[in-house]
Amino acid sequence: MALSLDTLNSMQIDVLREIGNIGAGNAATALAKMLAKKIDMDVPKVNILEFRNVGDLLGGEERVVAGIYFKLDGDIDGSIMFILDYESAKKLINLLFGQEIVGETIDEMGQSALQEVGNILAGSYCSSLSSLTGLKLNISVPSLSVDMAGAILSVPVILFGQVGDKVMLIETDFSEGGDKVNGHFFLIPDEGSFEPLLQSLGVL
Amino acid sequence: MADLVKVGMADMNTVKFPGGLTTLGLGSCVGVCLYDPTTKVSGMVHVMLPYSTQIKNNSNIAKFADTGIVALVDDMVKLGAKRNKIHAKIAGGSQMFATSDTNDVMKIGARNVQATKETLGKLSIPIMAEDTGGNYGRTIELYSENGALLVKTIGYGVKTI
Repeated sequence: MALSLDTLNSMQIDVLREIGNIGAGNAATALAKMLAKKIDMDVPKVNILEFRNVGDLLGGEERVVAGIYFKLDGDIDGSIMFILDYESAKKLINLLFGQEIVGETIDEMGQSALQEVGNILAGSYCSSLSSLTGLKLNISVPSLSVDMAGAILSVPVILFGQVGDKVMLIETDFSEGGDKVNGHFFLIPDEGSFEPLLQSLGVL
Repeated sequence: MADLVKVGMADMNTVKFPGGLTTLGLGSCVGVCLYDPTTKVSGMVHVMLPYSTQIKNNSNIAKFADTGIVALVDDMVKLGAKRNKIHAKIAGGSQMFATSDTNDVMKIGARNVQATKETLGKLSIPIMAEDTGGNYGRTIELYSENGALLVKTIGYGVKTI
């Protein structure tokens, strides 16, 4: 029987959590280097949710966030998202440029800076995942949207609608304490990817 | 004003006057709002995907435009709505992320809108107003008082359709 969200056992979920830990750990290290600041990371969460509850992630559907989306393909398919709340996104841009450059809204330069940060972080997430599993992984170019959290999260979630009634998001939260930059990494492997992913790590 | 009943993703609900319905943060999903002005029975379904027939696993009927709208009409009639008086307003179906990738996932918003219109057409339910497309999210509120649909966005204003 093919693996699905309903048949994953607790050990397999632990392994998925560990994947989030290693991927996000490397991404957080990359971010710390980029900013020359200490980045704290929480223990990853493996969220398996019904669609109607997805909006509760990130503190409500209407919260304004900056989301950077990457399509993941190769030996496994899925999505990677890097999400910052709006204030954190502005602070991150200021930290990157070393000065207060962001006004009320994020201009084009700020947007392209966010995409580039996202690119570096998703790249390190992916390459650590790739060396861990031996799987070939590619990520798409980054795509940014500053909008309601619900609308942004619905993009990777819809993929799951085609195979079932639940979605799995491997979430790792991080923060830069001093300037209060809070962000979230999401790895959202397609259901068909559970098998190659878990197989590569010897838990299947 | 009565509290608004929340409709989540791939979810649906119906209310009688003086209730109201809301769905928050619609992206490429479509909020289909049905209303019978004679009985003030209102219904809303948050459609994620176009057609149940294109998908293997379709136990949740509210997930799809085709099955969700049909089920919503049934629920409204059970609540007292007159089938031939029901009209529709629709919102959502945007493309949140710009991409050069032409794959179906990114174009899902437009396909959801198209499937919604086709399904409403087959059921002979007229579309009174729509606010669809674009690249931004929407929160919608449907009021059973008069069938007004409030559409809120981040940076693209607020309007009633």
